[in-house]
Amino acid sequence: MVSELTSVAALWWAVIFSGLYHGINPGMGWPLAVSAALMERNHKALPKALVMLAVGHFLAMVGILLPFSLMIVLVERETEIRIGAGLLVIAMGVYLVINRKHPKFLARVHPARLALWSFLAAMAHGAGLMLVPIYLGICAVGADETGHLAAQALMGNNVITAFSVAAIHTLAMTVGGGVIAVTIYFWLGLKFISRTWFNLDLVWALSLILVGAFGIYSAYFGH
Amino acid sequence: MNLRPDPTFHASAKLAMEAPVENFAFTVMLSPDGKQSDGIAVVDLRPGSKTYGEIVHKVIVPNKGDEFHHFGWNACSSSLSPLSGHAFLERRYLIVPGIRSSRIYVIDVKEPLKAKIHKTIEPEELFSKTGYSRPHTIHCGPEGIYVSCLGGGGPDGTDGPPGIFIMDCETFEIIGRYEMDRGKQDKHYDFWWNLPQDYMVSSEWGLPPQFENGIVPEDLLSNKYGHSIHFWDLRARKNIQTMDFGDNYQMALEIRPAHDPTKSYGFCGVVVDTTNLQGAIFTWWRDDDGVWQSKKTITIDPVPADADDLPELLKGFGAVPPLVTDIDLSLDDKYLYVACWGLGEMHQYDVSDPMNPVLAGKVELGGIVKDTKHPNGKDFAFGPQMVEISRDGKRVYWTNSLYSTWDDQFYPNDEGGQMVMADVGENGGLTLNKDFYIDFPKGLRAHQIRLEGGDCSTDSFCYPSV
Repeated sequence: MVSELTSVAALWWAVIFSGLYHGINPGMGWPLAVSAALMERNHKALPKALVMLAVGHFLAMVGILLPFSLMIVLVERETEIRIGAGLLVIAMGVYLVINRKHPKFLARVHPARLALWSFLAAMAHGAGLMLVPIYLGICAVGADETGHLAAQALMGNNVITAFSVAAIHTLAMTVGGGVIAVTIYFWLGLKFISRTWFNLDLVWALSLILVGAFGIYSAYFGH
Repeated sequence: MNLRPDPTFHASAKLAMEAPVENFAFTVMLSPDGKQSDGIAVVDLRPGSKTYGEIVHKVIVPNKGDEFHHFGWNACSSSLSPLSGHAFLERRYLIVPGIRSSRIYVIDVKEPLKAKIHKTIEPEELFSKTGYSRPHTIHCGPEGIYVSCLGGGGPDGTDGPPGIFIMDCETFEIIGRYEMDRGKQDKHYDFWWNLPQDYMVSSEWGLPPQFENGIVPEDLLSNKYGHSIHFWDLRARKNIQTMDFGDNYQMALEIRPAHDPTKSYGFCGVVVDTTNLQGAIFTWWRDDDGVWQSKKTITIDPVPADADDLPELLKGFGAVPPLVTDIDLSLDDKYLYVACWGLGEMHQYDVSDPMNPVLAGKVELGGIVKDTKHPNGKDFAFGPQMVEISRDGKRVYWTNSLYSTWDDQFYPNDEGGQMVMADVGENGGLTLNKDFYIDFPKGLRAHQIRLEGGDCSTDSFCYPSV
């Protein structure tokens, strides 16, 4: 029982950690919040922009997690689904390792449409996929604990979990990006925009592979 | 790909001004008669260097008859917007088009003293992928590298309108045409933009038959050169407004938007007003209703001259027109430099109030009638033409050739390529630097200058200057 709780706690920490990881990456958009406040000469534009970025990111997470929450109603197929999801995440990671060009269609989005941009950016980089194995892990532990619930109730639980995972992840992302944006806007200055930027493309792709592998591993040996 | 953003990318124009000064200049060398190959001269600008102010390396291309004119970087400060997603590009390659051959060279200048050709795009590829010809202005932006072309298809470039095409900023593959709705735009020259405000402005010179073999006086006198500028929804690729300055404002060329992206104004230089031979600068801006407006804010008068002192083309007018052929705006949006190629003058205007420019400095050098010598006693062929300002705004460089066939018409007795530099005073004012004078190799003329690490007509900034 204790080990299971630790495991659930660890998975939720993974949700928070991945949110912070997405959030502090300038490529996920916090410099746009700094820019918005400076362009409008109004610091209130900064939280507004962060909220728009968060909305887009949240929708991208939910958009990826929900289909899985509906699928795992098929309890008897749980292991196969989790392995399939793990393979999908690994495939996305491998694709991003091989194709190192950045997605150019993002440049077509109007600079004021931050929510749309954030949604597309998260989709293009497989940000939602990174959460899938973690999410499935949480659902599996939940299912064990609650025993054999009716399919409908199980699905309801999973949908709630999907929204919770997306919300907590997005909150962590917004806090991560927001802290940097506010620090740069009020104290450090624009010079630090380029200084905080690291090319994480490869690290990102490898993280996807790692998380996918973890998903497959836990499907076999864990929950 | 870098692991960190290129150190020459700056979030704002202000940060670019505070950055280390330029170490090298890259200047176009062109053979006016196609007898030699064109090239890029690498000029040493390292303070204290033994070879300061000298050409220390040349990249000579294998073909002849390209006629280099304008060129630009593969990447600039515009990469620091997360929207475009290419923060880790290197500012490493110069995209150098041949305006006569339609061939494009990509030159690797990572090590300026060993600069070399990285890739060549043959004209046929440009024609087949875009239907455009005679590539000209280069800007790096959200979707990659944007290149304006002066010609459409067909041998004389009049089969279809000219326009802008986009190149991949990593592979330098030509992707295709930019425009989705060009509206009234049927000629092309320069373009630039404001990235956060998502607008682009483009201008008009004339169609290839109007410039390739020299200026066509009948076309000029019947006001057939370009006199409109076009405002675009940059990302929707749509012409949203065409602004006609008036038929007599012939050749609306350089577009210089304010560098600070919070500002919604800029300038455009007009070569000649055919009613009075004046040169003119228009200030354009967006009003509170979102409509673009413009107003003529600078006029430069022609100077009466004896017909004997004038080339064939101008004898009938008895005056030298200023011929405003290039303008450039300092990164703090304070000084606008205006090249009066006919008069032989470089003007510096304080445009702190863009609606009321004030002449702050002036240098006389060359010119059709005056033919002023450089302070070092040497000749300056033609007049001040392509002008480039250092990022910190303290040094202004310029060269002397406009365009091979036009040089020969306006200055039939001149020949040579020179690059000079003027120092900017603390409170404005412009003084030619006696010790900076580069005479180009015999038979080659000089045109656009690019400064290592970016200059005042390349970089687009995505964050305000605060």
